Amino acid sequence: MPGKRSLQDLSKVLEHELVPKHEVLSVEEGLEILRRYGIKPEQLPWLRASDPVARAIGAKPGDIVRIYRRSPTAGEIVVYRYVVPG
Amino acid sequence: MSEEKIVSGIKFGILSPDEIRKMSVVQVTSPETYEEDGTPRAHSVMDYRLGAIEPGQVCPVCGNTIKGCPGHFGHIELAVPIINVLFVKHIHELLKATCPKCGRLKISPQAFERYRKYLAKLKDRYPYLARLFTEYIKRQAMKATVCPYCGAKQPKIKLEKPTTFIEQYPDSKDTIRLNAREVRKRLEAIPNEDLELLGYDPRDARPEWMVFTAFPVPPTSIRPSILIETGIRSEDDLTHKLVDIVRTNERLREHIASGAPEIIIDDLWELLQYHVTTYLDNEVPGIPPAKHRSGRPLKTLAQRLRGKEGRFRGNLSGKRVDYSARTVISPDPYLSINEVGVPIDVAKILTVPERVNEWNIDELRRYVINGPFKWPGANYVVTPDGRRIDLRYVRDRKSVAESLAPGYIVERHLKDGDIVLFNRQPSLHRMSMMGHVVKVLPGRTFRLHLSVCPPYNADFDGDEMNLHVPQTEDARAEARTLLKVQNHILTPRYGGVIIGAIQDYISGAYVLTIKSTLLEKEEVIELLAAAGVVKEPPEPAILSPRKLWTGKQIVSMFLPEDFNFHGKANISSGPLRCDDINCFWDSYVVVRQGKLLLGVLDKKTIGAEQQDSVLYWLAKEYGVEVAAAFMDKLFRLFIRVLERKGFTLRLDDVAVSEDVQTQILNLLSEAFEKVRNLVEQYSRGTLEVVPGRSLEESLEIRILEVLAEARDKAGEVAVSSLNPFNYAFIMARTGARGNVLNLTQMAATLGQMTVRGERIWRGYMGRPLPHFKRDDLGAIARGFVVNSFFRGLSVTEMFMHAAGGREGLVDTAVRTSQSGYMQRRLVNALMDLYIAYDNTVRDSSGSIIQFAYGEDMADPSKAPHGKIVNVERIVERVLGEI
Ligand SMILES: [Mg+2]
Ligand SMILES: [Zn+2]
Ligand SMILES: [Zn+2]
Ligand SMILES: [Zn+2]
Repeated sequence: MPGKRSLQDLSKVLEHELVPKHEVLSVEEGLEILRRYGIKPEQLPWLRASDPVARAIGAKPGDIVRIYRRSPTAGEIVVYRYVVPG
Repeated sequence: MSEEKIVSGIKFGILSPDEIRKMSVVQVTSPETYEEDGTPRAHSVMDYRLGAIEPGQVCPVCGNTIKGCPGHFGHIELAVPIINVLFVKHIHELLKATCPKCGRLKISPQAFERYRKYLAKLKDRYPYLARLFTEYIKRQAMKATVCPYCGAKQPKIKLEKPTTFIEQYPDSKDTIRLNAREVRKRLEAIPNEDLELLGYDPRDARPEWMVFTAFPVPPTSIRPSILIETGIRSEDDLTHKLVDIVRTNERLREHIASGAPEIIIDDLWELLQYHVTTYLDNEVPGIPPAKHRSGRPLKTLAQRLRGKEGRFRGNLSGKRVDYSARTVISPDPYLSINEVGVPIDVAKILTVPERVNEWNIDELRRYVINGPFKWPGANYVVTPDGRRIDLRYVRDRKSVAESLAPGYIVERHLKDGDIVLFNRQPSLHRMSMMGHVVKVLPGRTFRLHLSVCPPYNADFDGDEMNLHVPQTEDARAEARTLLKVQNHILTPRYGGVIIGAIQDYISGAYVLTIKSTLLEKEEVIELLAAAGVVKEPPEPAILSPRKLWTGKQIVSMFLPEDFNFHGKANISSGPLRCDDINCFWDSYVVVRQGKLLLGVLDKKTIGAEQQDSVLYWLAKEYGVEVAAAFMDKLFRLFIRVLERKGFTLRLDDVAVSEDVQTQILNLLSEAFEKVRNLVEQYSRGTLEVVPGRSLEESLEIRILEVLAEARDKAGEVAVSSLNPFNYAFIMARTGARGNVLNLTQMAATLGQMTVRGERIWRGYMGRPLPHFKRDDLGAIARGFVVNSFFRGLSVTEMFMHAAGGREGLVDTAVRTSQSGYMQRRLVNALMDLYIAYDNTVRDSSGSIIQFAYGEDMADPSKAPHGKIVNVERIVERVLGEI
């Protein structure tokens, strides 16, 4: 792993204007998402646990992360990521 | 009928020697393939037991004839182990990752347990990550210099081109060549558990199976021999190669049995390895490909699968099909954009199956009576019990026609009104294959409307196109509702029109709609007739002394009555520029209530690939049928206008007067003088350096600037001396064809030729051609072409021009091959994505790719040029003005 950065450095990642808001879902919320799309968790797009944002918000493998993205055409779009090891 | 079964899965593995022997019906030992009487020899690669291949022959193994016998494998018992080239990479990795002494994977026992548990966890949830993890383990194991189990020092193992492994211990200089037997022994020693950690499933892929001891001989049916007309048999390349293998193997066996010297045995061993390697893949790097007697390289197993003509790209991803035709294309402006002209000879071969019912029975009877050689006829009749009657061989077609009854199917000739798919390669977007309505015509070429050239990227310099006839009612319905050309007037890429006026249509529209065009009654009638319109003309614009109509009035007859539009024309630039309705030059277009009141029609308003044009709003607001009809009728009329006028391009159009010619030459000599000055400054070292550039680069940049300016000025002088109503100039202004640069090059001067953005300097030492002095940095010696196309180029100028032109050709060739490869990769990656009913984008396994299509659910074909609403247009449509 390329030199562990401190937690403080990592939280700066979240302040950057190009990084959209990420949040870890509770188990119930996660299950609701999987039910809504009728899929297994691996069928969501993946997010590596080593991703700087994932580390900054403390997402662990197995978590589902919700991301609120800004878009010039759609206003706001909500997407989900499944956190995987590595 | 055989029992129906469902495939629940497919697993790939490596054939073990046991399996090879188990499925074998004969051991092949004879290098001779035929007996003296020409019958296949037993125990040869043509043995009868390998399957029935001739009609009437009964297979001794399964009892079927050629129709039912699937063919059977035989095998060769190899005298020595032989490495399978297709697996050398894996063998090499395994040899490096395991200990040659004890066979264990070089991972410490503690790490081993940890990795094993972790891998098991990954395997059932993240198979993709598991793959990556086994790679990681493999790399770890290959790093070890000492075996963690037996403590043995580890050698370096190198792979020498195709199949030779060489080992070297770190403290010795000697290298040891590992033979296939040794390699196999080491692979055998690797325990199953260790293999699992590397991602192998030892039940289906033991590594020692990557080294052959028994060799499968495929059935004769996959390598058929062909009889040449002289009666001589010609065997398949695979058979040749198998014979080589058998022959070498038998010789090797004899030598070993007789205790021949080791060198001879090793030589034969290597030869056998060569034959087996080339049998599997005749294009492996490092060895010469096996050749036929004629010198042609043999086509062996890998060559059957690989590449454009291989099994995958040539027979599975794409195949040759029936009900298709291909021929040269040519233009026909009298067709609708939705039509395609089909030669009668093609229409007599392509057929549409039509089911007989009480309403079409009379017509179909007529077709059957006409038969296969008279259009419109029929080629086949299919009876309700599935019998196909080939009308070519029916003597009494009348009685066949008589016997028709509801339920029969008649495969009738293609006729007017049928729907077909029309295609031109490369099929890069969906408009490369569109639905056209058939119009059967005399001649030998496919005919198409000129406005559909841009989506196909077609021209008529010999282009060929393909045509396919849909064979089911569903396919035809789909083609008619979705694929017709009119449904592709708006491109799905950005929602703009891609089918519109081009070239002469634009010139014609301009000539018709300029203020000076006034038409007599007879002319109006002739033009309307050309458009195929039967309609009362409007009141004439001028009543007395004669009734005269304007071109704008004619165009207005084809616009919907409530259509409003305003916008610039293409000619609105330079001195003719107009930005609003107060326009003297007729370069601002205004349509109110379906009447063209101001402005000329040209590329901007009716051309293809133009934003917010008249054509665009017609298609958008009145539907594609209206837009298609508009083009079908009006474009024909435009062509008629040109035919009446005699519109052309002549040499005079680009001829300039003596006076202007001197002006141009003066301008150029001034520039050359400037260049000489710059060169002098450069050699004296007083030249001002451009920031960030060397002195030489600065000189070149300055010279290029000076010469480009000179050419532009010369062009301006020449173009402004041209009659603004000469044909070349009209075409350039309206956007029909050509531009001011083209005019400049024809009338004034070609200007500086460049290669890779530099003046031309390569060739001889210090000069591009021997006609110049060495190190002459002047304009002419470095590729400035003084003459125009009108005046003609000198010898050296012509060379410079060709050098510049060559670069363009090379660029296009390189670009097309690169973008073609990229296209293939993209298509293969994206082809099975779809938008599910919940608007998510998913792949074939149902996994989510996007949570909403495009993450904004916007359809680009309905959001022109990225804009979702055009408020201005809505206001104009409602108020009729802005
Ligand atoms: Mg062409
Ligand atoms: Zn058989
Ligand atoms: Zn060992
Ligand atoms: Zn050509």
